[in-house]
Parts: sequence; structure tokens; C-alpha cells
Amino acid sequence: MNGIESVQYWIVHHAIPLGAWATAAITALKDNFQGFFNILSDVLGFLLDNTTGALDWVSPLILIVLFAGLTWYFKKSWKLALFVLLALAFVLNQGYWERTLETISLVAYATLACMLIGVPLGVATAHHPTLYRILRPVLDLMQTLPTFVYLIPTLVLFGLGSVPGLISTIVFVAPTPVRLTYVGISNVPRPLIEAGQAFGASPWELLWKVEIPAALPTILAGLTQVIMLSLSMVVIAALVGAGGLGEPVVEAMETVQIGRGFTSGLAIVILAVILDRVFRPERENA
Amino acid sequence: MSTEFAARFEHVDILFPPAEGRAARAPLARAAAMLDEGHTRADIIETTGVVVGAADVNLEIAKGEIFVIMGLSGSGKTTVLRAVNGLNKISRGRILIRHGDQTIDMTNPAPAALRSLRNRAVSMVFQQFALLPWRTVRRNVELGLELRRTGETETRETVDRWLDLVGLLPWAEKHAHELSGGMQQRVGLARALVTDPDILLMDEPFSALDPLIRNKLQDELLSLQQSMHKTIIFVTHDLDEALKLGNRIAIMKDGQVIQVGAPEDIVLRPATDYVAEFVRHMNPLTAIRAASLMRPLDAADDVQGAQFSFTDDRSHYRLSLRPDGTLDGLSCNNAAIAVHPVDGETATPEGAVGIVETTHLLKDVVEQRQRSGHPVLVAEDGRIVGWCGANEVLDALTHAGRATMTDATPTLVLATS
Repeated sequence: MNGIESVQYWIVHHAIPLGAWATAAITALKDNFQGFFNILSDVLGFLLDNTTGALDWVSPLILIVLFAGLTWYFKKSWKLALFVLLALAFVLNQGYWERTLETISLVAYATLACMLIGVPLGVATAHHPTLYRILRPVLDLMQTLPTFVYLIPTLVLFGLGSVPGLISTIVFVAPTPVRLTYVGISNVPRPLIEAGQAFGASPWELLWKVEIPAALPTILAGLTQVIMLSLSMVVIAALVGAGGLGEPVVEAMETVQIGRGFTSGLAIVILAVILDRVFRPERENA
Repeated sequence: MSTEFAARFEHVDILFPPAEGRAARAPLARAAAMLDEGHTRADIIETTGVVVGAADVNLEIAKGEIFVIMGLSGSGKTTVLRAVNGLNKISRGRILIRHGDQTIDMTNPAPAALRSLRNRAVSMVFQQFALLPWRTVRRNVELGLELRRTGETETRETVDRWLDLVGLLPWAEKHAHELSGGMQQRVGLARALVTDPDILLMDEPFSALDPLIRNKLQDELLSLQQSMHKTIIFVTHDLDEALKLGNRIAIMKDGQVIQVGAPEDIVLRPATDYVAEFVRHMNPLTAIRAASLMRPLDAADDVQGAQFSFTDDRSHYRLSLRPDGTLDGLSCNNAAIAVHPVDGETATPEGAVGIVETTHLLKDVVEQRQRSGHPVLVAEDGRIVGWCGANEVLDALTHAGRATMTDATPTLVLATS
């Protein structure tokens, strides 16, 4: 063996046991905090199931009219309201109503959780540059790691069902509101901050009366992105048994049903278009 | 005046470190030492990375005066202004501020004390207006009272009063971006005054406006000041603005105050070549008053009792006064001509000679001369004291440039308000 080969031999035969460490870390987490994960799983599962259940309890037609009515009330556009009405009626017609409700509650809770975690964290990173430096690689990792990879540990910790789907969605989506809130708060014009300070605002008043309002367009753009990204996780969440519109897609793929794959895919697209149009912030005319 | 100061700077240094927090200490200490050893600003930044914003500034600003801090960009004028409300931290020395019967030391105020000071004693008008764009005019003006947690009715009344004073009441429910620059700065002014501060800081408030609007806002500020008597610290890079507004002017260069004085002092007795250079570029039209450019009556060619005659532009004028000094009659080449006292409201009729007050500006004199084609008479409390012919106007225009170099023109009196 010459020199180069022996170095190669040494490298290959001294593999760093990263995989074993990861397993050990997750196992340790499971062994020591099983109680916590069980409670979290129960609570989230209860919320998701009951929200879907409550929506399902209402007659689909009433709900469709209600959604269309809310759209008209908030967006003042009868065209959009009519579109919502027809699109949801089509979903009902194709037999995906219950699946759609499951997806809606999954997206709703994922969005709520991401905004509740992401916005305060984004504000904190904007105020503390060191925190941002520490957090940035973590956020990059959360967004670039293939989702299937952390689907495995979430399965181990939370079991099958809608909860691991929700958790995986949150892991994937939460970096977005952190980043956008960071950008929004960091870019508040310096003179506006100084105006607030010059009139005696405390840091807390400055945050609520100057920084958040100034960053609001960016934070709301983050909200729209969070909704769309959560929806994009619907098929992956279905793989761990989260139900929803991803489930018929997965079934169709496993049993090679072209028609079912097409209609369920179309239902996801329709939901995406509705959510995008309804939650997209109005164009600023200033 | 010695005890009635509104703000006092005592040996104030303001240093900006190259880094934040603990890393700033060593360079700051080094820079302070270098400053004491008399090194220049350029030396200090090169060796330590510390920017000297202000060095050994001593100022006493009297209650109720408009104190102008003037200098070019980078001279430290804004740095000094922002130290008054703690937007810039003082590195050494101290600033004292009078609020009611208390004297507050701005050296290292507790956060709560600083907030209270900013909310009650000192307020600020910004160069770029810094209005909150998502708020209406009314909600912008409310800011200081809102942070003070003033009740709804009182807030509304106070805000309405100030909006009315700056002429913006009809625009109260508009957003800032719907208003012109001049109107936006009126909002900024109302926002600053609504808290009834002891000291008003104005950081180049009119620089972003076009000249006509700037002039108008300067006049408005002066007329507001006549009734409110605030202490105003006003920063500008424009000498004409400084001369027009300031009761006293401080001139800064490289972080240091190089001259403090009344406008006449600055123009007639510039302390350094740098100040003289500034003065050379001022606009005499709005700085020199009729009193200083006129030719007094007793310098007339021929004086016989109450009859005065003089020649201007190849015409012969003769005027006679009543015993109380008011004008009895005026003739040009033996033909009687009409006169018209200039009051700023009625235009001088065609062919009539204008009578200006001693306090009128050179530009008014030029305008009257241009309109009538005759000299302009100058009156003080109704008594005719002199006249301004073509020569006097030309002298004033050219003297303004020369006066700065020598004390040879002691009669030059400046536009002080």
C-alpha cells in the first residue's frame, strides 16, 4: 500500500459515527421526555381532530356559503367570492370535502404556530444581532434538510397521525416568518425609530407603535408565504398518516390510479389558489 | 441671563467608537487621551477608529432664544443637537437642562428619567420629517401625548389647537404622504409643540424644502415664536437662514465651536478666516437692513433748516420736513411727486416714492427703487431719517462682501429679529 491509499484506507475505516449519535440523541429525547411528547401529541391531536370535526358537523353547503360570504366581506370583491363558492362546490362534487377540511385545519394550526413562534423570534433576532448569527445556520438547516429526513424522528417521537405531519410542517415553515420579520424590523427607517425615541417611547412602546406597524407589510407577506408553504407540505404530511388532501394523492400513487391522482391534485391546487387570493395582502398604494 | 439658561454644555466631547459594547472601551480611552494631547480629528480616526463628533463644546443657551448651530456637513452640529435629548451619548463633560425648577444632568440619565425628559422637556423636529406613514396627520401629532397617556378629550383639544395654528386642521384625517413637503414639516412642527416642551430641537428642518416654502416656514416659525417664546436650538448649514432666525449663532467646524455670537458679531467680526469665508457667501439682500445702507439726511448736499436736497441718478430731489420730522413734501427736478409708506399690504402706486422703515431689508429697498425709478426714503417711527439712492444700494451689495474682511464699514447693521 502506498501513502495515498493508506490515508484513504484510514479515512474509510474510521467513519465518524454521526448516524449513531443522531439515533442516540433522538432515543435519549424519547426516553427522557416521552411524557412531554405524549402530552403535546395528545393536545395537538385533540385540537386538530376537533377542529376538523366541528367544521364537518356543519352542512358543507352552509360552510361554502359562509366562506364565500367572508371572502366578500373582507375583500369586497364579488368575483373572488363567486370563485370561492364555485371552487369549493367543485371540491365537494369530487368527493374531497372531508379531506379538504382536514387540510384546512392542519394548515390553520401550522400557520398559527409558525406565526406565534416566528414573529417574536424574528423581532428578537432583529434586536439582538448575536442571536441572529447563531440562529441563521439553524434556520438554513430547517429549510434545506429534505423533509423526509426529519419525518423519521418526528414519527419516533409523536407516532403516526396528524401530529407528526403538523410538527414536520412547522419545522419546515417556521423559518420563513422568522426571516421576514427579521427583515421587516431591521429595515424600519432609522428616523422613524428616532422619532419614537425622541418623544419618549419605551422599548416596548417603540416596538408596538413604530417597529411592528412599519414592518407590518413584510410580516403579512410572511403570513401569506406561511400559508402556502404549509399547504405545500400536505402530501408529505399524508405519508405519516396526517390525512387531508395529501392522502388520496399518496393512495393514487401507490395504486397507480391516474384519475384519482388528477382530481385530488386538482383539489389541492384549487385550495392553494383560494388561500393565496384571500390572504394575499392588498397592494400598498403609498 | 447667567442663571436663566435653558441648556448648558460643559466641556462636552462626543466620540463614536468603531465597535459596540466592551470592544469600544479601549479605542474610546485612547481617543480621549489623544484629544487631550491636541491631536487632530484625522489623526484620531486613523489611530483608533474613533470618530470625534464633538470636542470640548461649551455653550450656554438662554431661555426663550433661538440659538442656531451652523456648520457644514460633518462639522458636528447635528451631533451636538442630538446630545440634548440623548439620541447621541455624551462621552465626557456634561449637558444641563432646565425643566421647570429642576436642573437635569444629561450625562448618564436613567432610562425612565430620559423618557420623561423627552416626553415633557425637549422635543424634536427632524430633517426628513420622520412622520409615521401609516398614521393620519392627527394621529402623528398625537404621538407625544399618547406616550404620555393623556386623556382623549384633552388630547383632541390640544391637537386641534396646534393643527389650527399651523394651518393643517382641514388635513387632519389625511395621511402624511398625501401632503406636500412643507405641509409635512408643519405636521412635524405641530407634533413637536403639542407636548409643550421647554426646548425645541430643530435639525435642519427646512433643508429638504424648496426655497419659497423654506422662506415661508421660516417666517411662520418666527411669528409662532413671537407668541410662544420657546427655547429653540436650530441646526442649519445655511448662513442666511441662521442670520434670519438666530438670536445667537454658534459656528462649528471639525467638531469644535469656533465662534458664538449675535448675527452682527458673526458678520462684522468673524473670529477666523473660516467664518469670514462663510460670511462672504451670504446673501446681502436678506441680511442687510435699510438703516445700515441709507444715507442719513444730514449728509444731504444742501441743508437749510427743514429743507434737504440731494442728487441721485442725475435728478435733483428736494424734501421738506414738518417740525415733528414727518415728510411735508417731496419734489423731483422741481416737480412735486407722491410718496407711499411701504407697509407690505398695499402696493406702491406707479411713479410714487416708497418710504421704508429702517428695519426693512435691502431686497425691499431694491424692489421700491425698481418700481418707482426714484430713490427710497427711510423712516423711523414716521420721521424721515435718510434715503437710499442707486449708489447706496450698490455700496450695500458690494460692501457686504468686503465688510467681512475688515471692520471698515461700522455702519452695517444686520437683520436681527
